[in-house]
Amino acid sequence: MSYALSIGQADQALRALAERYDIYAPKRFPKQGRFSDTDVIRYDKVERASDIVWDVKSDYPAKEVITPIQQAIFYFAEEEYRASRGRQRPILLFARPCDIHAQKIQARIMAGNGGFTDHYYARVRERVKFILMECAGGDDTCFCVSMGTNAVEPADYAAAVRFRPDGLLIKTEDPELEAAFSLGAPSDFAPEFVTENQRTVTLPDLEDKAVRQALKAHPMWRQFDKRCISCGACTVACSTCTCFTTRDLTYGDNPEAGERRRVTASCQIAGFDQMAGQKEFRSAAGDRMRYKVLHKFHDYKARFGEGHMCVGCGRCTHRCPEMISITATVEKMNAAIAEIKAGLAQSEQEVDRHV
Amino acid sequence: MCNPVQPQPCPILSVRQESAHEWTFRVATDARPQHGQFMQLSIPKVGEAPISVSAQGEGWLEFTIRSVGRVTNVIFQKQPGDLLFLRGPYGKGWPVEALRGKHLVVLTGGTGLAPVRSLLNMAAADPGFARSVHLVSGFKNEAGIVFHQELEAWRSSFTTLYALDNDPREGWRTGLVPSFVPEIPFDSFGGDYAVLVVGPPPMMKFTGLALMANGVEAEKVWMSFERKMSCAVGKCGHCRIDEVYVCLDGPVFPYTVARDLVD
Repeated sequence: MSYALSIGQADQALRALAERYDIYAPKRFPKQGRFSDTDVIRYDKVERASDIVWDVKSDYPAKEVITPIQQAIFYFAEEEYRASRGRQRPILLFARPCDIHAQKIQARIMAGNGGFTDHYYARVRERVKFILMECAGGDDTCFCVSMGTNAVEPADYAAAVRFRPDGLLIKTEDPELEAAFSLGAPSDFAPEFVTENQRTVTLPDLEDKAVRQALKAHPMWRQFDKRCISCGACTVACSTCTCFTTRDLTYGDNPEAGERRRVTASCQIAGFDQMAGQKEFRSAAGDRMRYKVLHKFHDYKARFGEGHMCVGCGRCTHRCPEMISITATVEKMNAAIAEIKAGLAQSEQEVDRHV
Repeated sequence: MCNPVQPQPCPILSVRQESAHEWTFRVATDARPQHGQFMQLSIPKVGEAPISVSAQGEGWLEFTIRSVGRVTNVIFQKQPGDLLFLRGPYGKGWPVEALRGKHLVVLTGGTGLAPVRSLLNMAAADPGFARSVHLVSGFKNEAGIVFHQELEAWRSSFTTLYALDNDPREGWRTGLVPSFVPEIPFDSFGGDYAVLVVGPPPMMKFTGLALMANGVEAEKVWMSFERKMSCAVGKCGHCRIDEVYVCLDGPVFPYTVARDLVD
């Protein structure tokens, strides 16, 4: 059913739902932005409809609720590692189509790869219900249409919402949410999806192994050696990145007790591939960029078969302090691929002539 | 709910020094890894690292560990009776069935001998396993030699060639492992051979090239990789190379896969 709710009614609905659910949505944190007097928008618990930032894209993705930047996974003392208990309450998570698609990608790694399901991912994910936030078109870094992640199916969410300055329109799919929103007036609202972005990308054709190998050695990556400062901001902002490192820490009062933490890791930061007493494999920023971009636009799909590991949210471009654009990088890669293919075709012709 | 990263406490049974920098820990556990698989070894307060199984028996496993890095440094303060924490085994080990009845060639660099040690001991104990075993083991220097007793014992059952990179040593050769590849009598094997390579990345790269230059078939070569890992179950991402996860698809790879992987 669809309903139209005023701000006051929406607050009332959220209050009712908060009795059962933890409600997370993009929220504005004033003056916590990168530059003076700017804000940051990231996911947090919300209580009122007015807490939810809906008119601009959040700086950080919805994944933070499911795969947080850091979490305690075990507590240890003497003879035991005891798994942390984790969240107990179900979660309502307001998210745009890109962020919902990103969770399908994270699931293939966290709850599938190698037949192992990660306990810490699954225990949160199974408690999450998405409330789809209709997206009005994002900003000048978005390219979800190119990635095919602009639309989701009703099975992907428990309710869909369109925010307006004076309230919201909502269509419920999950009967458990029906009662809370039915205080609004009946409506014929149905969510709509973005069909065009300001930015587009052509997905690279990397089917050919020889082309792929040549691309890895292409000089295009060298320009990132200096441009990329290896800060990892793109990884933290990425809707899909899942990598983490495990760290142990001890409590000051009792050095025999402590916890094992899982901390977000970035393949863009030096040391990601470094083993004890050995040198790293990717010691230059350009090599790390090549590793990331090929994972996003080839390797993930080659392994899992369905779509690329990028939802076109543009947050990496938005957060990069060096103005490195992922769409421009992919186009650069396309140009390099065209150059490599032309070179390969020419050498084949020469071989034919010699034969 | 099943937690694949839950470490289990395991008492240390013995600690033995192998070289100036390497110690072997025997640990009580019911885990039964296949040859070439690895375990995740945890020490509270320090962290976790993937360690290959260098020997195994009824109710115990051995790990040979080099004293580098945060995890491994603290292990050297451990005594018999202390606890280590294990989970695993993980990954794909050596293709034991594909090796049976073949002329087996094993090329190792340094502590790279550890992941192939249990397989070599099995081949030594069961002369019917392989038609012949050629073992080439190189070490950086005298101080880096591991498994002294076994290296000597294997001389009687295998054709052995032991070498130090630069230094002379009685009964040993001087030089790098790839330089000894031409001495392996591949022509006499009638195509019925299998080659295992394990060691530091440059050693494996140049050994692979030397094997190919000597007419060895790529399909008959396997390599064991070592990469950084936090989870060993395909989640943390550290060990991924291209579309391959070393923890899941390796650590042992056919050379036809290994030669094209770009870190």
